[in-house]
Amino acid sequence: MTAAARIIINEVKGYHNFLKFMIVLVALAVLASAVRFIFGLGVTTNMNDTYPWGLWISFDVVTAVPLAAGAFTLGAIVHCFHIKKLEPLVRPAIVTGFLGYSLVCIGLLLDLGQPHKGWHTLVYWNVHSPMFEVSMCVMAYTTVLFLEFLSPVCEKFGYHMPLRVLRWLEMPLVIAAASISTLHQSSLGTFFLIAVDKLHNLWYNPLLPLQFWMSAIFTGMSIIILEATMVHRYLGQPDESELLEVLTKIIPWVLGAYLTVKIAALAFLSHGPLFDRPVLLALFLVEVVVGLIIPMIMFMKESNREDSRMQLRGASLIIFGVVLNRFNVSMFGMIQPDQVIYFPSVIESLVTIGIIAGHILFFVLLAKYFPIFEHHPETVDYSLPDRFHQVEGHEHQQVKGVEA
Amino acid sequence: MSGAITDFSKQKTFLIDTTKCTGCRGCQVACKQWNQLGAENTSFFSGEGYQNPPAMSEHTFTRIKFKDYQKNGQNEFAFYKEMCMHCNEPACASVCPVGAFVKTAEGPVIYNAGRCIGCRFCMIACPFGIPKYEWSKAFPLVKKCTGCYSRVKEGMQPACATTCPTAISYGSRSEMIAEAERRLKARPKHYYPAIYGKEEAGGTSVIYLTHQPLDELGFKPVTTRPLPSYTWQALRLVPGIFLTMGGGLSLISWFNHRKERIKQEEAFKNSKVTPETTDPEIKEEQR
Repeated sequence: MTAAARIIINEVKGYHNFLKFMIVLVALAVLASAVRFIFGLGVTTNMNDTYPWGLWISFDVVTAVPLAAGAFTLGAIVHCFHIKKLEPLVRPAIVTGFLGYSLVCIGLLLDLGQPHKGWHTLVYWNVHSPMFEVSMCVMAYTTVLFLEFLSPVCEKFGYHMPLRVLRWLEMPLVIAAASISTLHQSSLGTFFLIAVDKLHNLWYNPLLPLQFWMSAIFTGMSIIILEATMVHRYLGQPDESELLEVLTKIIPWVLGAYLTVKIAALAFLSHGPLFDRPVLLALFLVEVVVGLIIPMIMFMKESNREDSRMQLRGASLIIFGVVLNRFNVSMFGMIQPDQVIYFPSVIESLVTIGIIAGHILFFVLLAKYFPIFEHHPETVDYSLPDRFHQVEGHEHQQVKGVEA
Repeated sequence: MSGAITDFSKQKTFLIDTTKCTGCRGCQVACKQWNQLGAENTSFFSGEGYQNPPAMSEHTFTRIKFKDYQKNGQNEFAFYKEMCMHCNEPACASVCPVGAFVKTAEGPVIYNAGRCIGCRFCMIACPFGIPKYEWSKAFPLVKKCTGCYSRVKEGMQPACATTCPTAISYGSRSEMIAEAERRLKARPKHYYPAIYGKEEAGGTSVIYLTHQPLDELGFKPVTTRPLPSYTWQALRLVPGIFLTMGGGLSLISWFNHRKERIKQEEAFKNSKVTPETTDPEIKEEQR
């Protein structure tokens, strides 16, 4: 055993037991995906010709994408709308988004029948396909998130030249992130516009893409609340509930607008019977009441907005509502009355659990080794390093830069 | 995409008169032979009725469905040939991210396995539930009726149409619709008064005549609007939304940054501090 390996093993041994458990879950998911590739989709999953899309599309793609929307939402709030005091939340949000999108890509590759031909979307364009649109956007946005994520990496290793480039790119990247996200978050809704006569009328209406986009915005903010609260509780970071209060002030407005669009679309734009399937109706009501109306009322009261625990509860309800909404649209609402009910197989579940565990694990590890929370933009020196001391009398500035 | 084709009247079309079908299933056998599809291990009555195999699959591109019904106190059978409808504006072709499905000028909707990435969106999109997946394989592809494009291209008729002794006619769409209308007119009591596929999903290259109500035979009630238009009405806005969003956010940030800068400059002016005295280095040099 080499010395390097021993160092790594000792390092891992020092981790909290929760992290070790996460590592086990991720390892199980890796094994499960190996099984999927060896034995095939049909044997290892419960998908079939009636259910061409299962848990992997419903959760790993359709649900995970809005759950990773925090980065673009917060980027726009902080940099475009200039609410600068939320700056400390941006970096963790970018890390969450970058991990989320990377895992979406992994989930998608597992689900594809021909993952080795995934690059075909770049070559054989079909602009009429929402799937083409989403895959291009996801690739572009993952790149954007990667570039944004490079900042803490460069800071960690003291690469000043790339930092200057990245800082110069900051605004264009933030705007690109918001525009690209608008496109693919809404196009995920466009997916289901083709399922005429399949998706139940409670969800099928032409405004589905708009609804997907709007719900991505408040989900992104809720995820930031969840993530910041968890980081405060378990990673010993400062309490940011004062900053989160700004988000809880915005959320009820977005929720209200979304609810208005949702109800208006239901009332005026849907065709056919709405109340013919009791189970679907119940799912719809839970989604709307628990996931939208209750958190909206909660956050309309100022004492709730300020209370860290109520912030977490409201955000969790919203996240629950969005997860249920995405499952309703992509799975439950698509089930026809006489169909057998689909239930994910062990392999499918292991992979999805592993993806969630992987997200938590990699977030904690990145937070451990990279300056994600210690970001104070005003103290970072972006000047070019003067290695040959050509400029006299400026050394002390660089020392300051390295320290920051 | 099929955007280039606008006139479908010349395209080859199946006219399937289910009142003339005898249920011999010669079409099923011919289809398996021409497309070299494997046999399936099935048992009788494994599906809804007499039909066998119980469902369409990667090995079965077409199948005769049986429907029991009573007529004048006697048991009767109605048959329905299940197959790809070869839509004029196919949903599968519009949703495929890599354009693996193509509506050919001859009529059949064909599938290019070399392009397919296996996302199964076509299976979600198809209103008739036609594309099937090779679930048994580690790297599966989609399988569906080819409309015997390899035969049609060479001037022959599809395998099932060639084999069928009674029910299938094959010709240009306008001719087949005219023939169907002629039959409906000649024997109005014999037929259910509808041509399935004339308007369904914006028109298809397979049209049916029946003597039973369509829904009782298992024909899916499908919208008459071409399916690609449902997604295109949202997707066509994509470039506009991208530019509006990008431009709008750029403007907003420019304004906000400008406001900030002006505020700082004002504060600096009002503070009455001269630039020289703020920099300790320059002060040192001056001394």
